Amino acid sequence: MFKILKKTFDTGLVTTGYPDAPPRLSENFRGAPRFDFDNWRDARPAAEACPTQALSIRDRGAVREVTMDYGLCIFCGECCAADRTGAVLMTREFELAVRDKADLVITAQYDIGADGVQQHLKQIHCGLQPVERDTAALEKHVHQAIHQTLGRSLAIREVDAGSCNGCEVEITALNNPVYDLERLGIHFVASPRHADMLLVTGPVTRNMELALIKTYRACPEPKVVVAVGACGIGGGIFGRNYATLGGADQAVPVDVFIPGCPPRPHALLHGILLALGRMGEKGLPL
Amino acid sequence: MMDNRTTRLDEILMAGGPAFTLRLKSSAGEIYADVPAASAPAASAYLRSAGCRHAAVFAEDRVAEDLHYYIYYVFEHPDDTRYLVLRCGVEPGQASFPSLAAEVPALNWQEREIQDWFGLEALGHPNPRRVALHDNWPDVHPLRKDFPIDTVLPPFEGEQHVYRPTLGEGVFQIPVGPVHAGIIEPGHFSFAVAGEPILYLQLRMFYVHKGIEKRFEHLPVPRAVFLAESVSGDSSFSHGTAFCQAVESIGCVEVPEPARRMRTILLELERIYNHVADIGAIVNDVGFVIANAHASRLREEILRINEELTGSRLLRGVVCPGGVRRSWDRGQAGRVLAALDPFEREFNDLTDMIQASDSTRDRLERTGTLHAEQARDLGIIGVAGRASGQDHDVRRDHPYAAYDAVEIQPPVYQEGDVLRRMQVRIDEVRRSLQFIRLAESGLSSGPHRASMPQLPAGEFAIGSVEGWRGEILYWIRTAANNRIARCKVKDPSVNNWPALVEAVQGNIVPDFPVINKSFSLSYSGTDR
Repeated sequence: MFKILKKTFDTGLVTTGYPDAPPRLSENFRGAPRFDFDNWRDARPAAEACPTQALSIRDRGAVREVTMDYGLCIFCGECCAADRTGAVLMTREFELAVRDKADLVITAQYDIGADGVQQHLKQIHCGLQPVERDTAALEKHVHQAIHQTLGRSLAIREVDAGSCNGCEVEITALNNPVYDLERLGIHFVASPRHADMLLVTGPVTRNMELALIKTYRACPEPKVVVAVGACGIGGGIFGRNYATLGGADQAVPVDVFIPGCPPRPHALLHGILLALGRMGEKGLPL
Repeated sequence: MMDNRTTRLDEILMAGGPAFTLRLKSSAGEIYADVPAASAPAASAYLRSAGCRHAAVFAEDRVAEDLHYYIYYVFEHPDDTRYLVLRCGVEPGQASFPSLAAEVPALNWQEREIQDWFGLEALGHPNPRRVALHDNWPDVHPLRKDFPIDTVLPPFEGEQHVYRPTLGEGVFQIPVGPVHAGIIEPGHFSFAVAGEPILYLQLRMFYVHKGIEKRFEHLPVPRAVFLAESVSGDSSFSHGTAFCQAVESIGCVEVPEPARRMRTILLELERIYNHVADIGAIVNDVGFVIANAHASRLREEILRINEELTGSRLLRGVVCPGGVRRSWDRGQAGRVLAALDPFEREFNDLTDMIQASDSTRDRLERTGTLHAEQARDLGIIGVAGRASGQDHDVRRDHPYAAYDAVEIQPPVYQEGDVLRRMQVRIDEVRRSLQFIRLAESGLSSGPHRASMPQLPAGEFAIGSVEGWRGEILYWIRTAANNRIARCKVKDPSVNNWPALVEAVQGNIVPDFPVINKSFSLSYSGTDR
């Protein structure tokens, strides 16, 4: 018993200060790729290398449409490795969660020459909103929202709707002493009937469709749904096929989307906090 | 010794007589022989009597190319580093093959998968019900070539699965799942209980079936690696490596020595982070919460090491056909090695803490026992197998990466209870740390990636890895244009789920979570 206590004291504090303090990330962490659309001359090799078609191109006559969907991106870095023009850069950005799936998509149109090289950028539609940087204000807002709508605590029910278990590895990590979700008044519960939020992973398999819908119905109002990872957002590498629906929003309404494969614990935390901000905005009744 | 390790199967085949003379193909890692389907039971009986183990059975649709389906039986022998594969042709008009499941219970689920995926009947199967497709699916066979991957199936009707009723005075059924109470994958368990003890457990898996083997057939090889990494997310690197090894074998590509060492290091890091998490989760399930807090903190340390080395906490986007995509420099290696020493000290503190707790030992010892004979008959492998006397380890039996340079002595126990399944993990973490240091110490700064040629079409090979759960097998046949005609994925969980059914019998329901956790099987790897 004394040894156990001693070990606890010897270990000291290990908990991250995120979101108040910046997260501890390795220099080598691969986050979202960024693209220099203005000067990109040839997107074909990068699009060809993308395993999930997050980056795709469509040529119509002398016009090329290049689409980047961060919702499908698995941050593998293959676009950056394949690109020969220096227009792709891997960053350490991970706070990518959005409330509108369309905000994850960037579309750029180019005139192309006979050799398929992009001549100049005609127009660009950038759905991705600037990342919420003011995390301290966000957290304050969160505490307010939790306090107002849910009596200082948010209960999450996690639903694996076909995940590979990668997202679960990182979601489980939120409970460890390093991320310690409970310090923010947030905890995981065993039953959807006790939950305010559903955290949904996986492309939603045909065999989990009914279970997910039943879980959603069992969750009392007010409730929010967060789709986690490339699969939860758009089916990921599995896509939509005979056995999958291709994303959580194909089965239940989704409030927030967290990109990643899997999203690191900080990214999950960011997305959950973002979802809570929305609860405040809605002005949901207590 | 080494000679013996590459000739034993030849001797067995020679002694087996004319049944095995149709040699299809032979390579450094595999021998293929053609056997008529009707002779499969006799051939299997002979090979088993000669000491071979059935590692897998699967099928392939080649009706368009040569008018046959094929059934492949994969065997291994402890004294040979190669796999022996028997191939049996099945004509579409016949659409059946003899079942071996009554003799070899290990093949029970795998034969039924062939029924579901290909519509080939396993004649004489003792329990021929659907296993992969739920009962409410229409009559489709998704791995047939004439079944399009984007088929939109009509809304399902009827029961997902009809459970066998359990009758008797005072007998109750407890349904659990598919959505479980914890943050774990979905599956349905139906317990029959009389009072507290469990009489019988029925499992319903394949809730997370996402058409992975079919999807492989629609991706070029370089992109398919990422699909292999997503078969079982906690085993990304092991699955990716098994896939790449099969591809490298087909392409006759030699992986550079530094890459083989890097693979070894990353495979062992994957083993450590999962084993540490499971050790914590096991003691957590019997109430030792603080030990789990330390264990989950230690897992986080390994995930950070993973990120430092590869940019990915779960080791994704690293392995590729020909080697590894990313190398690491001396600075990274130094930081990682420096982190391993405190990790090891902390890990020893953790195991001391657990071993000093009599009440923990009391709950784990003789709980969820899987006897050695049961484990042998069911073909149980990996951690659960070694805890029940089954001495299998792909790292030693079919060496790959840099494992030929180290001596693998798998920890093997006979008792087969939760305590021993935890002990196997504890022993393995210690050895993994040694392997990492050993592999790192000889790491030279040579090339880390051999160039891959365009793969020849119609070729096939096995890739196998001892993942942290056990033996991961990939069998790949190539198609034209660097694509895949068939990719069979066998996660060790497919073998081991039936062990859970045996191990829980007679235990009380409140001990089910800890028994289940001690097996720690992959739902996604099973369901694919």
